[in-house]
Amino acid sequence: MKPKIGVFSFSSCEGCQLQILNLEEELTTLLGFIEIVNFREAIDEKREDYDIAFIEGSITRESDIEELKHIREKAKILVAFGACADLGGINALKNLHPQDSWLPAVYGRRDLFSDTMLTKRVKDIVPIDFTIPGCPIDKGEFLRFVQSLLLGVQPRLPDYPVCVECRSKGNVCLVEEGKWCLGSVTRAGCGAICPTFRDPCAGCRGLTSAPNIESLCNILTEKGYSKEEIKNKFNIFNGLEVINI
Amino acid sequence: MSHDINIKHITRVEGHGNIVLNIREGRIEELRLEIVESPRFFEVMLIGRNILEAPPITSRICGICAISHTAASIKACEDALGIIPSENVVLLRKILLHAELLQSHILHLYLLVAPDLFGAGSVIPLAASNPDIVKRGLRLKKAANDICRVLVGRHIHPIGMVVGGFTKAPARKDLDEVRRILESMIPDMEETVSFFEEHRMPEFNRPTKYCSIREENEYALYNGLLYSKDNPLLEVQRYKEFITENVVAYSTAKHVRSGDSPIMVGALARLNNNYSNISDMAKNAAQRLGLAVSCTNPFMNNIAQVVECVHSVYDSLNILDVLDANLSSAPFNSDGKGGLPAIEPHEGTGVGVVEAPRGSLYHEYGIDDKGIIRSANCIIPTAQNLLNIEKDIEAIVPAILDLPKEAIERRLEMLVRAYDPCISCSTHFLEVKFIE
Repeated sequence: MKPKIGVFSFSSCEGCQLQILNLEEELTTLLGFIEIVNFREAIDEKREDYDIAFIEGSITRESDIEELKHIREKAKILVAFGACADLGGINALKNLHPQDSWLPAVYGRRDLFSDTMLTKRVKDIVPIDFTIPGCPIDKGEFLRFVQSLLLGVQPRLPDYPVCVECRSKGNVCLVEEGKWCLGSVTRAGCGAICPTFRDPCAGCRGLTSAPNIESLCNILTEKGYSKEEIKNKFNIFNGLEVINI
Repeated sequence: MSHDINIKHITRVEGHGNIVLNIREGRIEELRLEIVESPRFFEVMLIGRNILEAPPITSRICGICAISHTAASIKACEDALGIIPSENVVLLRKILLHAELLQSHILHLYLLVAPDLFGAGSVIPLAASNPDIVKRGLRLKKAANDICRVLVGRHIHPIGMVVGGFTKAPARKDLDEVRRILESMIPDMEETVSFFEEHRMPEFNRPTKYCSIREENEYALYNGLLYSKDNPLLEVQRYKEFITENVVAYSTAKHVRSGDSPIMVGALARLNNNYSNISDMAKNAAQRLGLAVSCTNPFMNNIAQVVECVHSVYDSLNILDVLDANLSSAPFNSDGKGGLPAIEPHEGTGVGVVEAPRGSLYHEYGIDDKGIIRSANCIIPTAQNLLNIEKDIEAIVPAILDLPKEAIERRLEMLVRAYDPCISCSTHFLEVKFIE
């Protein structure tokens, strides 16, 4: 029997689920192996008999918590899908500001839409089984993940830094050129796509298990970056991680 | 007759929204288009950050129009910093806006609208009953995404598209590949026009105020002045005289008006405003598809998207010709020597407006003398359409009231979907609820 898949979205840009629709060449083949039973962006059907739930987005409302717990109860496997679900991601940037400043800044008044809270990761609310990292997720990594599950193999993420992939592409090092780049402490698997376009790695795939933050900070300090600036680079995606700078 | 229509979480739209409609004795007692997507507070996130971080952060407002957000943000930054992008940079940004418009319109037309035309609940049964149609849609979408992949690494959250230019200027072989991809789209675009020629949109007309940017000699997507019929053209910096935003209690998105009028933005508004500047191939498609401006049928926004797709393919090819000719003679990035310009911040504000696939997109930032953002405002196309969608529902309901409840629901969802609402974007959106 084909495994049944549900795709659920909380606070996010919905780019990660869009990456599934972006599997233009593989999508029809993929549908031969899995059954999508709940995916509001793409289909009318809304069933609850899913085996694997992909959770996109961070948890930013009390009402999200109950919904997420409900999905966890129904799903056999729950996957944090993309940086917002995995790390809090961009959504966690608002946590850096006092909560009573949020509503006035956007709506000009504070008496509206009170159902908002500090941004949380999916794992802060329910146990997760797997993570597919990235902002956005990598389509290839998603396909390999589904393939592994179909074959009964435990999916694995690389635990070496983006630097390894970057060097193997023969890129000139951005840090050596004096630019900030978090590739040396960030989990690989993206093919170093940003530094390959000469744009620094902002850490969207999260940190490796043993990142040498101190060494990177020393080098960036030598290149003239202030503590504040380095901190700001880390908190673009990793604001909820405890990082000592 | 009394209906309580409650469509919770309208499907096949981007983001979360509800329609609440309460009809008693043939009269609408209650009508709300509720945006229930959680607010994300981008205006808060930006405060205290370096202005150069605004484009990659605001790209994350929306996965489907990330390039438009990046472009509007970059334009606001450049306006605030006094940076004038080079001609080559502007040309490449225009190609990227076309590519995003193509992928967004095609996703909407083939994966979200086409199932309605066949009475299918989604693209999945459609793929089983009409595989050729779905495959064509996916081919076109892939082509549009491939253009982005070649130029900025990917469509969702473009890489290296920064203030002053691109961190990696395209090589001649990249432009050749983009040309090859665009040329490969032409037969499928032709088939797309023929396909929509066979499917007529529902008849329904309600005139409104059509808003977009406008440029004298070009179908405006990247540059232009703010325009709606009977209004003087305005510089983008004066946008607050053009549109006003109001907070609505039942929605996490805001309502937008121009003067006292609800407005419509997006493909139909742009065609109504700027038809004379669209390419001849696109005019030909518009004639075949029965789209004559000014068109006041919101369902025809779908058809306007088809017309724009044709334009975007041919216009991109034209831009490529210019870029090709320029590449060896003019420096690429904006510092006069081909590099990225130095940033010399001073206190001030900057406004950037582009036409995203769904309509005009505004970004405004206030910065201090260190280039740190002190205030930010983003006005999103779908938010501008919300009030107009409510007015359309109000106008269409009396005409369809005698239909069975399911048919009413279906028609209302089709109406909302014709606007191609992007809800995650406008939270700063939809469910039809019937109450009985």
